[in-house]
Amino acid sequence: MELVYEWFRELYQTTGINLPFIYDSYDRGRLIDGFLTTVELSLICLFFSVVIGIIGAWLQGSSFTWTRRIVNGYIQLFRNTPPLVQLYFFYFAIGSMLPRVETEWGGQAPMLGSFAWAVISLSFFAGAFNVEIFRSGIEAVPKSTVEAAESLGFSRFQIYRDVTLPLAIRVVLPSLNNNLVNLVKTTTLAYAIAVPEMLYESAQIWSDNVNVPEMMIFLLIAYFVLVGILVWGMNRWERALKIPGFGS
Amino acid sequence: MSWSDKEPMISVRNVHKSFGDFEVLKGVSFDVMKGEVICIIGPSGSGKSTLIRCINALNDINEGSILVEGLEVNDPKLNKLELRKKVGMVFQQYNLFPHKTALENVMMAPIRVLKEDKKEVETRARALIKKVRLEGKENAYPGELSGGQQQRVAIARSLAMKPDVMLFDEVTAALDPETVGEVLVTIKELAEEGMTCILVTHEMGFAREVADQVYFTDQGLIVEHGPPATFFENAKDPRTRQFLSQIL
Ligand SMILES: Nc1ncnc2c1ncn2[C@@H]1O[C@H](COP(=O)(O)OP(=O)(O)O)[C@@H](O)[C@H]1O
Ligand SMILES: [Mg+2]
Repeated sequence: MELVYEWFRELYQTTGINLPFIYDSYDRGRLIDGFLTTVELSLICLFFSVVIGIIGAWLQGSSFTWTRRIVNGYIQLFRNTPPLVQLYFFYFAIGSMLPRVETEWGGQAPMLGSFAWAVISLSFFAGAFNVEIFRSGIEAVPKSTVEAAESLGFSRFQIYRDVTLPLAIRVVLPSLNNNLVNLVKTTTLAYAIAVPEMLYESAQIWSDNVNVPEMMIFLLIAYFVLVGILVWGMNRWERALKIPGFGS
Repeated sequence: MSWSDKEPMISVRNVHKSFGDFEVLKGVSFDVMKGEVICIIGPSGSGKSTLIRCINALNDINEGSILVEGLEVNDPKLNKLELRKKVGMVFQQYNLFPHKTALENVMMAPIRVLKEDKKEVETRARALIKKVRLEGKENAYPGELSGGQQQRVAIARSLAMKPDVMLFDEVTAALDPETVGEVLVTIKELAEEGMTCILVTHEMGFAREVADQVYFTDQGLIVEHGPPATFFENAKDPRTRQFLSQIL
């Protein structure tokens, strides 16, 4: 390992290409933390945005007009405003209205930290698109299939869970895939409220080392790989869900 | 409510049904005794599907009453599950769950809806698949089966709920001619075992063979009915005679 670090120090001295996050243990540490924070933020937001999509699409089928209106209002609001503004709104507007809590050292701290606000904000942002995506899948399920389930005594909830949703997911996987890729890319916005994710930590490194181009190239590659892994996973899932003789 | 099998199992009284301004059923009445097989024939659009869909509450009715083993289908407080446990239905387009194998299609409702033990249900489901002569196709998906095979799975799926009466809505109309026979054989065996059946069909030869009563509908009314021998040989109403002459 030492040899590798030495090589990169050499590289810096001879060519000026400075990658301190490889040879410097402090920079390496913060970049790894940033990377892990990005992965964690992405996974949690992916999960909640899909849950919001599934529940929202269910509520859109409600027989209560107001339930449907609220869900539609939510979708419009989050689709038609910039995610950065949403993030600021949650963090600064709502965050400042919440009571502050005592920390264990007797100080005062906000009830929710920036990471929690990023999770909430980004999950609702991607969730709004997911609701629409799942809804389009549900509409593609033939009414006659639903009626067959009804005639077998399935309740509305059982039909959604056992028939509509499993069929809808198969139809919408490509667009879901798209939206989740966008979500991972959008996690960089959390930088704006100082969530120590990968972009944030990289910015710390480049302001200490003045190696902006190197960090930028690193970031592009890192996100490219992260998104690649997600797409690969989604494609595997799509294949696993494939039903012989169904769809094309 | 108590019902004894001396009384009609199904009692349809003066049923009116409109879609918007369009009155599809204009006062239909008939009775079905336990073990009886009745066939409903009539021109397309005369309300046959609507009529049998009303019997298991897939459509509501505007006026009149439908009693199924003493259960009032038109009662707003009706427990639909109670009704649907009694009434099985098979559709023209089979409407199997495409993401489930033949065996799973048959097992799903007893497990999910009746919460029965999975092992017992599986034994019963395998027996039913054998009964409809699909042994060896347990693990095939609907998309891998022919229309006739899918329709027999649909019949098995309905029977798995142990219904007291079976509704068949033109179940052979979408099939290739060579697979019509295998489905009719299955239905005929059911009828011979004493299952109460209401069949909408265009298979006149079949109706003549299995029916206890044949009903002819036209423009939302029952024009005439009788045992097959009388009905097919001595139809009285000119509309019936014209229809029979076209179709025979
Ligand atoms: N859900 C519906 N909405 C509006 N009209 C309908 C609906 N279902 C059936 N109809 C109309 O009711 C009439 C009877 O239909 P149906 O019961 O399917 O007849 P049949 O099965 O005898 O061919 C048709 O004119 C059809 O267009
Ligand atoms: Mg019809």
